[in-house]
Amino acid sequence: MTDVAETGFAIHPMDQFIVKPIFREIEPGTCVPAEDIYEGCIKWYEITNVTVWMALAVLAIVALMVFGSAGRATIPSRIQSVCEMIYGFIYKMVEDVTGHDGVKYFPYVMTLFLFILFSNLLGLLPMSFTTTSHVAVTVTLALLVFLGVTILGLVKNGIGFLGMFWVSSAPLALRPVLAIIEVISYFVRPVSHSIRLAGNLMAGHAVMKVFAGFASMAVISPVAVGAVTAIYGLELLVAVVQAYVFTILTCVYLKDAVGGAHH
Amino acid sequence: MEAEVAQLALMGKYIGAGLAAIGLGGAGIGVGNIAGNFLAGALRNPSAAPSQTANLFVGIAFAEALGIFSFLIALLLMFAV
Repeated sequence: MTDVAETGFAIHPMDQFIVKPIFREIEPGTCVPAEDIYEGCIKWYEITNVTVWMALAVLAIVALMVFGSAGRATIPSRIQSVCEMIYGFIYKMVEDVTGHDGVKYFPYVMTLFLFILFSNLLGLLPMSFTTTSHVAVTVTLALLVFLGVTILGLVKNGIGFLGMFWVSSAPLALRPVLAIIEVISYFVRPVSHSIRLAGNLMAGHAVMKVFAGFASMAVISPVAVGAVTAIYGLELLVAVVQAYVFTILTCVYLKDAVGGAHH
Repeated sequence: MEAEVAQLALMGKYIGAGLAAIGLGGAGIGVGNIAGNFLAGALRNPSAAPSQTANLFVGIAFAEALGIFSFLIALLLMFAV
């Protein structure tokens, strides 16, 4: 980790992404992988800021959905209409993109959307931690989608699922080349799927902290504070759009598995 | 001598990170192209536009992903190498 004198920032822009246990401090020198000292490191069962903010996201979703569906009024209350809007939005998206056969996977898509949306939005609170800015979190989500789609496609279409890589509309001489490209692009999917979400959020939050660092310099601090405000608004948009993009790409991938045999 | 080699490696690291960030410019061009063409098409036929917003976002996401890859390389060079 570079120190303040070296980089010139009052706040280091990447410090906000450090995973640390919440019930203790890691003593310096007790976790040095190069010297085989691991006692002080984070154990797998330990509660860190990542787990806390993920749990808060889940709690927020549960609270929204429980309170939203508690009344079940004909004329919906405000919280009920929020729930209905989210539900209808995702339902329509799944139906439009994957077709009628894909609707039974709607609960999973809805779960993904809500988890990512709430993680992104909770991460925007000051002093909070953006769990989705960590590749470890987004890779888990993307790999689940990738493995799920692959297994589902193979179970549903059998060996015919591999026909997806054999582009029958292309000239015969080109097909082997296209097949290689298709296979590569298929296996790059989870990479781009996860890196897009993590990269967007990490970049946005780092930029915000860079401008926050400039706010400590007296001359440009009004400009920096204005810039932080503007970027915050942009990040609010990015948080929602990235959750939407992750979900719609899940639907696009799901369509290959559900309707792979006939298209 | 060793200090100079370390300095040179540091220089290479930062220059590489800067070069990798150029890739984001390409992603910017791509995203702008998609959004601009979508708008042009949507103004010609506004009634068909809402059904194509999903395609718009998928296209933007694909174009953006490649830029994010180069940004990732820049970050890796800055903080991980």
